[in-house]
Amino acid sequence: MNDIGAFLLWCVFPYLALGSFIFGTIIRFTWFRGGITAKSSELLEKKQLMIGSILFHVGIIFVFFGHVVGVLIPKAFTDWLGIPNEVYHIGALVMGGLAGFMALAGMLLLTHRRFANKRVFSASSFSDLVVNLSLLIIIILGLTASLVEGPLHPEFNYRLNLSVWARQLFYFRPDFHLMLQVPIVFRIHVICGLLIFAFFPYTRLIHALTLPWQYIFRRPIVYRRKPSIRGDQNR
Amino acid sequence: MKVKAQISMVLNLDKCIGCHTCSVTCKQTWTNRPGAEYMWFNNVETRPGVGYPKKWEDESHYKGGWKLNRKGKLELRAGSKLNKVSLAKIFYNPDMPNLDDYYEPWTYDYKTLFGKESKHQPVARAKSQITGKPMKLTNGPNWDDDLAGSDRSFGEDPNMQNIEADIKGNFEKTFMMYLPRLCEHCLNAACVASCPSGAMYKRDEDGIVLVDQERCRGWRFCMTGCPYKKVYFNWKTNKAEKCTFCYPRIEEGLPTVCSETCVGRIRYIGVILYDADRVAEACEEPDDTKLYERQLDLFLDPNDPDVIDQALADGVDMETIRSAQRSPIYKMAVEEKIAFPLHPEYRTMPMVWYVPPLSPIMNYFEGKNSIKYPELIFPAIEEMRIPVEYLANLLAGGNTEVIKNALYKLAMMRLYMRAKTSGKDFDPEKLDRVGLTEESATSLYRLLAIAKYDDRFVIPKAKKEKIEHVEDDQGGLGYEECNGCALAPEHGSMLRKAKAGMSSKDIYAESFYGGIWRD
Repeated sequence: MNDIGAFLLWCVFPYLALGSFIFGTIIRFTWFRGGITAKSSELLEKKQLMIGSILFHVGIIFVFFGHVVGVLIPKAFTDWLGIPNEVYHIGALVMGGLAGFMALAGMLLLTHRRFANKRVFSASSFSDLVVNLSLLIIIILGLTASLVEGPLHPEFNYRLNLSVWARQLFYFRPDFHLMLQVPIVFRIHVICGLLIFAFFPYTRLIHALTLPWQYIFRRPIVYRRKPSIRGDQNR
Repeated sequence: MKVKAQISMVLNLDKCIGCHTCSVTCKQTWTNRPGAEYMWFNNVETRPGVGYPKKWEDESHYKGGWKLNRKGKLELRAGSKLNKVSLAKIFYNPDMPNLDDYYEPWTYDYKTLFGKESKHQPVARAKSQITGKPMKLTNGPNWDDDLAGSDRSFGEDPNMQNIEADIKGNFEKTFMMYLPRLCEHCLNAACVASCPSGAMYKRDEDGIVLVDQERCRGWRFCMTGCPYKKVYFNWKTNKAEKCTFCYPRIEEGLPTVCSETCVGRIRYIGVILYDADRVAEACEEPDDTKLYERQLDLFLDPNDPDVIDQALADGVDMETIRSAQRSPIYKMAVEEKIAFPLHPEYRTMPMVWYVPPLSPIMNYFEGKNSIKYPELIFPAIEEMRIPVEYLANLLAGGNTEVIKNALYKLAMMRLYMRAKTSGKDFDPEKLDRVGLTEESATSLYRLLAIAKYDDRFVIPKAKKEKIEHVEDDQGGLGYEECNGCALAPEHGSMLRKAKAGMSSKDIYAESFYGGIWRD
């Protein structure tokens, strides 16, 4: 890969993807709030959803936080805490692997359900199918990267290049040379992840960004009254 | 005391013939859209029966409504907020009904009927409105219509649990009644309390419960929360929908579509004033059989000057108070106590109430000598074809006493009017025994039997001029293409003809023929 290609891929494309994510999220929450739902299909099929959805969601939440830790916390910090590199990696592999396989099992079942169940398939939009397949692909890529490709390249430590590059993105000085040291499956996984971020706000995935915090403190029965435009109410 | 106004309905089951006109007109108005085919905001069930969705009254299965927790405080039966998060119910709602609990909607393949001539009689096959594939019909709306005596309906009706075993299987003792159902627009609505997004709300001015489609995020907890299973999930828009109590009509002072079109005139709509401050306390009554009376206690006398003052102070407008004073609901529920809430034991304080039906015992007291010995109705009510226990399970949380009193009253009123119209003597003391006077019996008869439109529907108009700039909005119906919605441009050709000197008679003759407009 020549330098220009690598530069475009690792220094320009991530910003396009994240820009699309931020732009879409703002647009969606400002002008298209009404369309934000998780697009439940539980009414149409319930049994497979129970297992698939719980496995996937619980798994993916752990996976998400695992990525946050792996990418955002510098190696220097864990070294300073006195955690040896081997211990860190084995811990990450075991916990990440468990969460990853949970998400994979859930997503396999959900994908099967979405394509094989007549009712669910008929009620799915093109976007739903794309989201479903891309999530499945990225989970498989992620697991392949850490459990197959990682052990095949024992000299490779993502915390010394991939994570550094990712952190550099946040202060706008990414160095694409770091990514050239990264094995291929990791790289494809990153690109797929960025792509998902890019279309995230335009699909059902947006539901992950809305949490009904106000429900915790709200009183149970909600009353609404249209504001009066005239002063007197009692005539 | 905090006075609020609630628009509510009473259905006189004594006159319901199960014609489904209410359901059909409601469906035509509200739910004949993609994604809503299976929804019936209003449906009529044959009782005893499984209902719609199947066995909706089995709250040990569907977990709808409220229960009292160990401290005696109200709690959603489907689980508290903490319980829903900790058990991953936000990813999968275990208590939500499945489409098969309702039925898979279908249409017919009508095209085959209009094809080329073929050797065999063409048949329109059923095909699913969801998948478009042919389907075998095993369940549908009102699948058990008029099958009240069958094993299935007897066995699967949760209200039959407490009924003596001998009635259950004994064909001679089978009975049947109709139960039209719609959203109850409860005072303590469990669906509203279940909604994490705050999309469901009660309208402050009339208590109608609505779903804000903009804010609904498709959590589906309202479906579980509602013990009457009257919140539905639109599989196309992925949002919840429910009976709106035809609020656009109510705002104009018109009854709901189901009430307007009811051929039996069984439906009554009116306003009732209640004390919002005491609702929670009333819902926490530990005894199921007392919940009906506790709800009754919440309703305020609209003629009491203190109540009127407080209502005005709390923002209830004068027209609403006047409507409450003439309310048929207040008369039937509070004054005469002949109307009852559906399943008060769900603790939602439902506001669609029912007058229990009399059933064939009437031989006892409409036959020979019945007018002479009206006290025969007291033992006769016990012998009624529809067991009082069944009605009590349905309408009073198992309180048979209140149901019996209502039935005595209805039966005595009939006897009195029968004597009066046939010129027989009737001892007014008999009326006194069931809490009636000659005047109240006559007026109750007029309300229930004659049921004039203006007596049935006493609905205050919404004061829209206070919340909208009506002058500015005039003519703006929201149809983008209708420039001001005047008819003149549509009929411009006629105006031109008139200008050209054509007489209005000629224009008329040219524009109409055979009663059909031709512009």
